[in-house]
Amino acid sequence: MGQYLIRRLLTIIPTLIAISFVIFAVLDLAPGDPTSALPETIRPEIRQQIRKVMGLDEPLPVKYSLWLRQFFINEPLALIEKTFDIQIGDSEKRIRVTSWGSRGTPVMDMIVERMPQTLWVVGLAYVVAIVIAIPVGVISAIRQYSIFDQAGTFISLIGYSIPTFFTGLLLILLFSVKLKWFPMIYDTNLKVVDWESFVQQLKQSIMPVAVLGFFQAATLARFTRSSMLDNIPMDYVRTATAKGFRERYVVIRHILRNSLVPVVTLIALGIPAIFSGAIITEQIFRVNGLGALLIGAIQLNDIPLVQTVTFIFACLIVVFNLIADIIYGVLDPRIRYN
Amino acid sequence: MAVRTQTASADNLAVELSQRQYRTLWGDVWLRFRRHTLAIIGIVALSLLGLGVVAGPLVYTVDPEYSFIVDDIDSINQPPSWQYPLGTDDLGRDTLARNLFGGRISIAVGIVAMLVAITFGTLVGILSGYFRRLDNPFMRFTDLMLALPSLPLLLVIIMLFRDSLKASLGPELGIFLLVVFVIGVLGWMPTARVVRGAVLSIKEKEFVEAAISVGTREHSILWQHILPNVLSPIIVSATLGVASAILTESALSFLGLGFPSNVPTWGRLLFENKDFITQNPWLVIWPGLFISLTILSINFIGDGLRDALDPRQRR
Repeated sequence: MGQYLIRRLLTIIPTLIAISFVIFAVLDLAPGDPTSALPETIRPEIRQQIRKVMGLDEPLPVKYSLWLRQFFINEPLALIEKTFDIQIGDSEKRIRVTSWGSRGTPVMDMIVERMPQTLWVVGLAYVVAIVIAIPVGVISAIRQYSIFDQAGTFISLIGYSIPTFFTGLLLILLFSVKLKWFPMIYDTNLKVVDWESFVQQLKQSIMPVAVLGFFQAATLARFTRSSMLDNIPMDYVRTATAKGFRERYVVIRHILRNSLVPVVTLIALGIPAIFSGAIITEQIFRVNGLGALLIGAIQLNDIPLVQTVTFIFACLIVVFNLIADIIYGVLDPRIRYN
Repeated sequence: MAVRTQTASADNLAVELSQRQYRTLWGDVWLRFRRHTLAIIGIVALSLLGLGVVAGPLVYTVDPEYSFIVDDIDSINQPPSWQYPLGTDDLGRDTLARNLFGGRISIAVGIVAMLVAITFGTLVGILSGYFRRLDNPFMRFTDLMLALPSLPLLLVIIMLFRDSLKASLGPELGIFLLVVFVIGVLGWMPTARVVRGAVLSIKEKEFVEAAISVGTREHSILWQHILPNVLSPIIVSATLGVASAILTESALSFLGLGFPSNVPTWGRLLFENKDFITQNPWLVIWPGLFISLTILSINFIGDGLRDALDPRQRR
């Protein structure tokens, strides 16, 4: 297991470098000039000087490696300094990635501020989705063609066909406008201090989590069902039943464990989708998270912020993929030795 | 009980198949497809929607940009009525006309983006499945693309290239090409994987060996022997690809980064009207309903096709 873990960790490095290069290159090759927003009255030679100071005339590899250093050395150091309140080396001179929009605030500070909201909503939605989808998929498969199975299959097909932005608006219409049960807008300033504010936090999380969770649960339930159906006719299942194990034991310990292996892959592959979904849900419910930050930055043409947020999304995806792979290794020992 | 009905219906199919005088591959596919009730419902619903958006604007000749405020100041935010079948929006524009035009663009984007994705995905899949040397680099590349955050990247690319394409190709065509191309380029990976898997198993079959042994050249083995045999996964993923492209385009428009505001698409209509949800919920319900119906029908058809094209996987 240890060796597998190290090997898997090492593959992250080239992936992250490749992703960062793609994101950097897309933004760098794009038409548009950061000095174009400066006043027309600036003389051309001064404009030239500004370009030189900003490093705009350097070749792409130089710019990329400078950005890499900023991102992988300066930013983590700043983060460590901030969390432990210490100073490492000459921290005043280190250049940080700063936003063009918000008066030169370091981009990372803005992201750290927004991250918890996104992770709360996305994480809760994924947990809810898994908790609902796996039992539904399992029961659908062992009672194939029953009413439960047919209803479940139909609902999950609907669930993954209706776009999240429509379900979100429908929920608002039903629960905020008509029934007035839940607030329409997610209040990010809410601090959970006592029972009352906790209930309020739950109330405002229900709709965004439901929207994201329903979509994911639909996909997962479909997949769990078909994976279970692949395993049910297997010989080892018949052997286990013949030995006289109870059905519950065979289903959970034998069939489910084997069926979960591909499901875990799907959970990992679904992570980019759920983050994309989060961008949309944050827009609907006005959650002040990473997605909202990205959309705002795009509208303001704030390239460093856009670049960093996109890269953070990529990092989150890679990290969650890694976690899924580790679980995969635990569930299925064969793949550790491949 | 359930098992018995299934075998009984399988017997019926076998009888039905053997009763015909001659059988063709696609005839069999159609016969199996026809038994998939949901898929048939999907085909009917999709044809109606397609007919609506293609022929609708020709029959229902109301200008989607025309504001009825000019004739009647009370014509804003109207609920459905005889005069305005689906109501009007906050500027007094006819919702039915806007939805019909919007559907045209949404569905066109879906189909063209799918073609881009399928072409690219099939090419990568076939090459990496057939040529062992290409397999590793191509699949690494596919995995890398799968790890990219697609929606943020889509948003970024569209933001960056929107203005220059608008300037060179005009606002409508420029954005159309950009959206279609970007959705296609970020959506080919599932197809490539599926096709590669199919090619890997097909190329070990005896008929390929036979073709090699009689000296068939490599490119005709690829295009005449292997491609036709991996057509069924390609068709299925093409169908589902249309759905996901429509979904992506709607998501982009919903975030305000798709087509310009004078080009209504279903997603754009949702984006424009989501702030009027308390005054006039119809404005949001119609485009959302049309998107959902389209995606749902396409997914039903895709499911039916999968069962019809690959009877071994049927359950």
